[in-house]
Amino acid sequence: MTKVTMTVNGKAVSKEVAGNTLMTEFLRDELRLTGTHVGCDTSQCGACVIHVNGQSVKACTMFAAEATGAEVTTIEGMANADGSLSVLQQAFQDHHGLQCGFCTPGMVMTAAKLLEENPKPTEHEVRDYLEGNICRCTGYHNIVKAIMAASGQDVSSIAAE
Amino acid sequence: MPKDHGIGASQKRREDVRFLTGAGQYTDDINVYGQTYCVFVRSDVAHGKIVSIDASAAEAMPGVLRIFTGKDFEGVGGLPCGWLITDKNGDPMKEPGHPVLAIGKVRHVGDPYAAVVAETLQEARDAAEAIVADIEELDPAVDMKAALASGAPLVHDDLTDNLCYDWQFGTDTETVDAAFAAAAHVTTLELVNNRLVANPMEPRVALGDYARANDESTLYTTSQNPHVIRLLMGAFVLGIPEHKLKVVAPDVGGGFGTKIFHYAEEAFVTFAARKLNRPVKWTSTRSEAFMSDAHGRDHVTKIELALDADNNFTAIRTDTLANMGAYLSTFSSSIPTWLHGTLMAGNYRTPAVQVNVKAVFTNTVPVDAYRGAGRPEATFQLERLVDKAARELGVDPVALRRQNFITSFPYATPVAVEYDTGNYVATMDKLEEMIDRKGFEARRAESKARGKLRGLGVNCYIEACGIAPSNLVGQLGARAGLYDAATVRVNATGSISVMVGAHSHGQGHETAFPQVVAEMLGIDESMIDIVHGDTSKIPFGMGTYGSRSLAVCGSAMVRATEKIINKAKKIAGHMLEASDADIELKDGQFTVAGTDKSVAWGDVTLAAYVPHNYPLEDIEPGLEETAFYDPSNFTYPSGAYACEVEVDPETGRVEILDFAAADDFGNVVNPMIVEGQVHGGIAQGVGQAMLESCIYDENGQLLSASYMDYAMPRAEDLPFFKVDHSCVTPCTHNPLGVKGCGEAGAIGSPPAVVNAVLDALNVGGIKVDHIDMPLSPHRVWAAMQG
Repeated sequence: MTKVTMTVNGKAVSKEVAGNTLMTEFLRDELRLTGTHVGCDTSQCGACVIHVNGQSVKACTMFAAEATGAEVTTIEGMANADGSLSVLQQAFQDHHGLQCGFCTPGMVMTAAKLLEENPKPTEHEVRDYLEGNICRCTGYHNIVKAIMAASGQDVSSIAAE
Repeated sequence: MPKDHGIGASQKRREDVRFLTGAGQYTDDINVYGQTYCVFVRSDVAHGKIVSIDASAAEAMPGVLRIFTGKDFEGVGGLPCGWLITDKNGDPMKEPGHPVLAIGKVRHVGDPYAAVVAETLQEARDAAEAIVADIEELDPAVDMKAALASGAPLVHDDLTDNLCYDWQFGTDTETVDAAFAAAAHVTTLELVNNRLVANPMEPRVALGDYARANDESTLYTTSQNPHVIRLLMGAFVLGIPEHKLKVVAPDVGGGFGTKIFHYAEEAFVTFAARKLNRPVKWTSTRSEAFMSDAHGRDHVTKIELALDADNNFTAIRTDTLANMGAYLSTFSSSIPTWLHGTLMAGNYRTPAVQVNVKAVFTNTVPVDAYRGAGRPEATFQLERLVDKAARELGVDPVALRRQNFITSFPYATPVAVEYDTGNYVATMDKLEEMIDRKGFEARRAESKARGKLRGLGVNCYIEACGIAPSNLVGQLGARAGLYDAATVRVNATGSISVMVGAHSHGQGHETAFPQVVAEMLGIDESMIDIVHGDTSKIPFGMGTYGSRSLAVCGSAMVRATEKIINKAKKIAGHMLEASDADIELKDGQFTVAGTDKSVAWGDVTLAAYVPHNYPLEDIEPGLEETAFYDPSNFTYPSGAYACEVEVDPETGRVEILDFAAADDFGNVVNPMIVEGQVHGGIAQGVGQAMLESCIYDENGQLLSASYMDYAMPRAEDLPFFKVDHSCVTPCTHNPLGVKGCGEAGAIGSPPAVVNAVLDALNVGGIKVDHIDMPLSPHRVWAAMQG
């Protein structure tokens, strides 16, 4: 067993876990933060994306022990302090950027990182950046639109709603 | 101004808040006290005789509670098939057994033959690896044609061959033959509808629990239809009566058909939990999902079209091989028959239509419904065939379609269904405008100047949704009714819980359904909640598939709400000392017609539960009504789709430049949600046409069993879509006039893509008749080389 200590969504946490505990298992089973989802076993789908020390990471591909001392943010830590939806989350709701919701946490985490790096991405840049996140419901149409809207761009002229 | 309330409003989805904040409750998020973990041991060969299974070492490993094999399920029923198809010679289809865990033989890669239950997942995995099975590998039947050849390996030893049924439907052979003999032109096309894997992003999960105190089992599962699972598993597999079995399908991360069916893993965890008196949980890995979720499509077809000298369609004849896989999944047998053959007339006035389907057992994963289920296969064949005919005849493919469109309704086709309403001309007009068909040749010239080949593909589609009239499907072999149900419970203070048989796994029922009830009662949607997914809370409904939720369950909800209104008017009439016939309900206010005497919604609901001044001699207290709704016909959404592509002749790479969809869904409750459904359907259809393919090698090994091998469409593969649903011919036989929108995109889009690529290639003397999906650069490039 390994002692793992980190900060998750601003709260210090410390747990004794097996050395091979994946970050997804640590978040979901130990911390009961079940918003981070597991959709594949080959690091392809991106449903498990979280932020570790400011970098977006697929939590299924890192051990919890690797995050020792890290600042971790999950989907549960993305809303505003008063619990209301952040600008990005609100844009996903406003533009119907989600259906079943399973890929959504990973999409939001990836998109947040994109907007941090590139505050006004083009359609092509958004699509390119989502390369590691699969959605089966939306055809990406409204996800791309939501992300562009969250960046303050006018999306009203994009195809049909 | 667009509406912001009631039917027709693009209300933002209320369920989004929990999904966007990580508060969704999917099955894998549920853990029960004392929970154990289950790992299945699955066959790594396509076909083999189980000689022995030695679990002795595994049984002694830490944390192992019990190891199960097929022997433990002797005396337990097998997984049932819900639809009996009758062969053209009158015999029932072959229906071999489908044990929960394989007995005697394994029949596909992924077929489970043992299962470990242990205290932790790690312990279960370790023990599963320690199980030693002696499986004597047998020659597999993989390719359908080879599986039907004499001397082919038998998937099921108790059958004489691998033919499940040989089905014929529609116009009689003599009439069809005569039409072909008299034809001025015959177009023939052979094609493959590629095998797909539905791939909802949430893998399947099953958690079985057992309460010894009241002998009650609970199954939490990733299902589109919890009552169907309770019925099938309780009555046919485990023998648990309904009142001792609860099935809960909480938030479900996409279904697309593959979460309709009753799976072995569900029966296993429920069975094991009873044996061990402990909760048992199974969570599928993605690799496991590829080899255990029912696959979709997988048809090989020859289709022929006869035309007279004026290019009128005179006959259609099809001959299809449909893969069933190794076992009959829940609705597998109905997909290539009643959900496929009945749509073979398409949007056209063709007097003779005959459909022939042979269903084949192979050593592959079972094949069942996947988004569209039979209707995409029908549409693809027909719309590819009409395009080919137009090219052969040298006529415009849209003009040929328009000339043969059905234009008067109702229209009874030669394949049993009666289209109640539609306007195929209107959707085609709209489509041509959306895609700027007139401007296409200029765009083609512009691409040519850059060395690229530009193509425009157009097609139409018709589907049958709102599944289904029970008396009709009963005659066709369905072993279930296909009504749905809703209970509207009005609470004392006027808030409402609506318990529905439909299940929402991305469709937004929690938002759209209250819009209907709110419109009828004139109250705010925020007072109404939808309850779904728990058999102990909801009435017996058949769930969500076949674009049926609003058309069937929504109609039940309307009927139940009408009952509520009738009773509430009686209560209001008593309170206002007027006849209930004189009471009008508007904006949540009951008024005596022509007066200013009124009582509010909340006053009436309170009176129903605190009946101090109440007509107790005439009506019961309380305000709760249930309705079951059985549709009198299918609904027939239709539309026209177009895709514009550019092909790089050097590499064969296809880029989708534009995509337009003009659909007629009848009336629409929430346009935003409807458009989202079309986007997602198109993405799956484009995925089938361009990227996706489930591939077995000649040994029956599944080569495409991960997201690194099976090409899922990603954001970069798709454009923004132009979608429109302004052409409205309301359904004539359900109270909302709705038709269903969930599958249209996946049905209408594959032929548009392929037609577009062939339009691009057939220039400058190059002749390419057809390319099978997916249109990989290699296939396109090879086709161009002749």
